[in-house]
Amino acid sequence: MKKNIGRGGFLAACIAPAAILFFIFMILPTLNVFRMSLYQRGAYSPEETFIGFKNFMMLLNDAQFIRSMQNTILLVVVVTIVTFAMALIFAGILTREKIKGQNFFRIVFYIPNILSIVVIAGIFSAIYKPENGMLNSILGLFMDMTNPILWKGESLVMLSIVMAMIWQAVGYYMVMYMASMSAVPLTMYESAQLDGANRVQQFFQITIPLIWTNIRTTLTFFIISTINMAFLFVKAMTSGGPNGASEVALSYMYSQKDAGLFGYSMAIGVVVFLFSFALSALVNKVTERQTLEY
Amino acid sequence: MSNCKKPGASERLYKAFIYFVLIAMAVTILVPVAWAFMASIKENAEFYGNPWTLPAGFYWQNFVEAWNTAKMGEYMFNSVVVTALALGLLLIVALPAAYALSRFQFRGRAILKTCFMAGLFINVNYIVVPIFLMLRDGDMWLKKMIGDGFLLNNMFVLALVYAATALPFTIYLLSSYFATLPHDFEEAAYIDGAGYARTMFSVIFPMAKPSIITVVLFNFLLFWNEYIISMTLLSSADGARTLPVGLLNLMQAQQSAANYGPMYAGLVLVMLPTLILYICVQKNLTEGMTVGGLKG
Repeated sequence: MKKNIGRGGFLAACIAPAAILFFIFMILPTLNVFRMSLYQRGAYSPEETFIGFKNFMMLLNDAQFIRSMQNTILLVVVVTIVTFAMALIFAGILTREKIKGQNFFRIVFYIPNILSIVVIAGIFSAIYKPENGMLNSILGLFMDMTNPILWKGESLVMLSIVMAMIWQAVGYYMVMYMASMSAVPLTMYESAQLDGANRVQQFFQITIPLIWTNIRTTLTFFIISTINMAFLFVKAMTSGGPNGASEVALSYMYSQKDAGLFGYSMAIGVVVFLFSFALSALVNKVTERQTLEY
Repeated sequence: MSNCKKPGASERLYKAFIYFVLIAMAVTILVPVAWAFMASIKENAEFYGNPWTLPAGFYWQNFVEAWNTAKMGEYMFNSVVVTALALGLLLIVALPAAYALSRFQFRGRAILKTCFMAGLFINVNYIVVPIFLMLRDGDMWLKKMIGDGFLLNNMFVLALVYAATALPFTIYLLSSYFATLPHDFEEAAYIDGAGYARTMFSVIFPMAKPSIITVVLFNFLLFWNEYIISMTLLSSADGARTLPVGLLNLMQAQQSAANYGPMYAGLVLVMLPTLILYICVQKNLTEGMTVGGLKG
């Protein structure tokens, strides 16, 4: 009996601190996001008035919000497709071919992932600078640069953010796929080669199907993470400008918080939250395949 | 056998193409980073010419200015304190919880595990506003009760929030490691007369060292580089800042003042510690990541 009490006490002491912290700083705020989206709250006082779905109704007519959602969707689609295509192809090459300096490439490709987004924003501001910027000075070798390209101007700013995000993400996913691809047995490729399958066929009919489970999981997480990363990049690179051209959903949410419109800000949070869940559920469903064993 | 054939012309072309693409990609990553290092020792006048010229000399004044005038030295100290505190808190809280959840059967275990797993899907960017409001309301209440609020603009609270939001991933990672250990270890320790706590601290935790190292590495990068929570919770105009937020302010100030040198010096100060750490432990990092397989 005594031992039982000791066991219960021990378990409680182990779990309680984590459970309390988790509850206060994660569960409670998450519930608050949903609750506050139904309220109007004063900018400086904690007084709240219940207004039902009014915040959500306002969202439907908010042109800036719709634009920010469009930008978010654009980023999710383009960044996901390009990043995954590049990461899979590079990983396929680096694991299948005998490449000198394989380790060097792996180390270098991972570097962007360890840098703060603020640092990346600083580096890319030097790349995109209209006068004496790295990109324009290289392009100047091939074309006339009397009117420098404004990479952070209204028309190109989304492309600039896409490039920065891909630059940051490719290496991480490449290293990850290299790990799962190297687990595919070599005998598979040897017998495929005997049957006359070339490299491209081997890649699409052996490598991709065999690591499909891994691709599927990472894809789901990547979509959720891109919605967040888009916020981090936009906030540090452009703050949503010029004229809101690069605003994404979460940066718009944050700007409404700065304006003191907390209820409205949280309504945006709810919409983005549900959107990201729906999207990853959809992707999960669409990518469902029979699991292959090897 | 195709393996025995000598490589043909198309084979060699393919190989050359692969190297070209790989090297091109390595260059696009390395050159901008190296460029930032060079820019940090350039004099301001050098920024108005060709961006590809090498620095004329070592203009350390940039670093002095960033460190003192832009207070990056002070911010670096803050970042070290917050990161260390958050890592310490995280380990103290997460290790026992992960151990209890992965090695004991008790009522409510499944629910607790599911809750922490669900936490993997809650991103801090969504909940940063409610956390901010919760702390601000707390401060107002404290002001009424004891005359002074201390929850916002407090580095310890920031570290606590960092630790709390890193809990789901950390517990998930540690639990999956603990679950692989055979139960014989504990049984042997119990027979030798060790209690639960003693067993945990002197038998299990020392064995978990590799996964603890992974956890520390990942969360170090996370905490050191984080800027949204830090910017929101340390918001008073003349209060403390962490390094990335200091750099962000420096970048915004430099845009109008066109004083580039100190900005790149600040940028180097933020990324240098992570780069040094990466060079030392890159094997742990790139191998450890396959354990988790996801990021927030």
